[in-house]
Amino acid sequence: MYNQNMVVKLFGQIRAGNPQRVLLCFLEKGIEFEVIHVDLNTFEQKKPEYLLRQPFGQVPAIEDGDLKLFESRAISRYYATKYADQGTDLLGKTLEQRAIVEQWMEVEANYFNVVVLPLVINIVFTPKFDIALVEELKVKLDKVLDVYENQLATNRYLAGAEFSLADLTHMPGMRYIMNEAGLGSMVTSRENVNRWWNEISARPAWKQLMEMAAY
Amino acid sequence: MVVKLYGQVTAACPQRVLLCLLEKKIEFEIVHIDLDTLEQKRPEHLLRQPFGQVPAIEDGDFKLFESRAIARYYATKYSDQGTNLLGKSLEHRAIVDQWADVEVGYFNVLVHPLVMNLVIKPRLGEECDAALVEELKVKLGVVLDIYDNQLASNRFLAGDEFTMADLTHMPAMGYLMRTDINRIVKDRANMNRWWEEVTARPAWKKLMKMAGF
Repeated sequence: MYNQNMVVKLFGQIRAGNPQRVLLCFLEKGIEFEVIHVDLNTFEQKKPEYLLRQPFGQVPAIEDGDLKLFESRAISRYYATKYADQGTDLLGKTLEQRAIVEQWMEVEANYFNVVVLPLVINIVFTPKFDIALVEELKVKLDKVLDVYENQLATNRYLAGAEFSLADLTHMPGMRYIMNEAGLGSMVTSRENVNRWWNEISARPAWKQLMEMAAY
Repeated sequence: MVVKLYGQVTAACPQRVLLCLLEKKIEFEIVHIDLDTLEQKRPEHLLRQPFGQVPAIEDGDFKLFESRAIARYYATKYSDQGTNLLGKSLEHRAIVDQWADVEVGYFNVLVHPLVMNLVIKPRLGEECDAALVEELKVKLGVVLDIYDNQLASNRFLAGDEFTMADLTHMPAMGYLMRTDINRIVKDRANMNRWWEEVTARPAWKKLMKMAGF
């Protein structure tokens, strides 16, 4: 029996993009975890108790013994590094390969997420959203996905021949694109991006996450 | 076999890499990509950086873009040389990473459009969105309160030592501090103390000299 205190605690909501990034990393690596629900609908993440964990009032945060961490990408990198020899190799086998993985992770943060996040906030979470802004963002996303289409024409995954954190980090956002945001045609109209999404969303860890999220 | 950095020495993202290389005492060569004439959008550069941005690096056969990924790579590869930018343990590195990621998601997301409107647009003869600037200032104030709180009990963002977490903020901060909204930092005691300390570093001074600032 393992000591419950030794299992990493993730504070967040299973149906939220950033916690999903970390959960998917745990599932790919076979790392035991416990989800402590932070209710976004009642703004629990903005309450003083939670702000001690994550001062910007966002999910997720983790607690692993004495280690407390926030920022889903930083958390994912940490566990992918710490458990390099366990489960899926998410960071590549050399320093150079890891750098390529990091490059495409940065692309997710600086090019992909920067348009997908406001798209999702508007389309999915804002009753009367700014139509002009959404159209502008869709044009930008089109241009970004063109680059991905080109990369995936000669690479099975974003960073090369193997699935890595570079692909994983996109998956929560991609799920919104394919579902609630109603932008699936932007993916299905691109042969390589479509092939990539179908392949990575067929992974057992992703299916497990989707089961947990029970959409 | 000196690493080649494609970019402009005055631009923030190339500066992030240059600062890392300077802190780590890694030799480099800058291949100037002229942003004023949109050289970064031309086919030749797009082969290096498909989004048409700077920087990109070339180190022998190895090619990389995204300044934060480049900086992490060199900080890791040369961990025993120059300034230690990534902490002494895996856990400490994670804290460094955490604050480096805060720079992307909370800081740059506000400072980038602020600098675009206050510095770049005027330079290009375009109109600055004053309403947006005011909105961004308010949001940035909230974010900087959190930084100020962190720096009240930590000498640097990730603890006692200067790390990548501090470094990654410096290029955009440099731009912000040269605008007339720099009070947003100066009026916060801990942020101000931190900024004065990090900009006193020799590597930063060298970079500023290279950039002609």
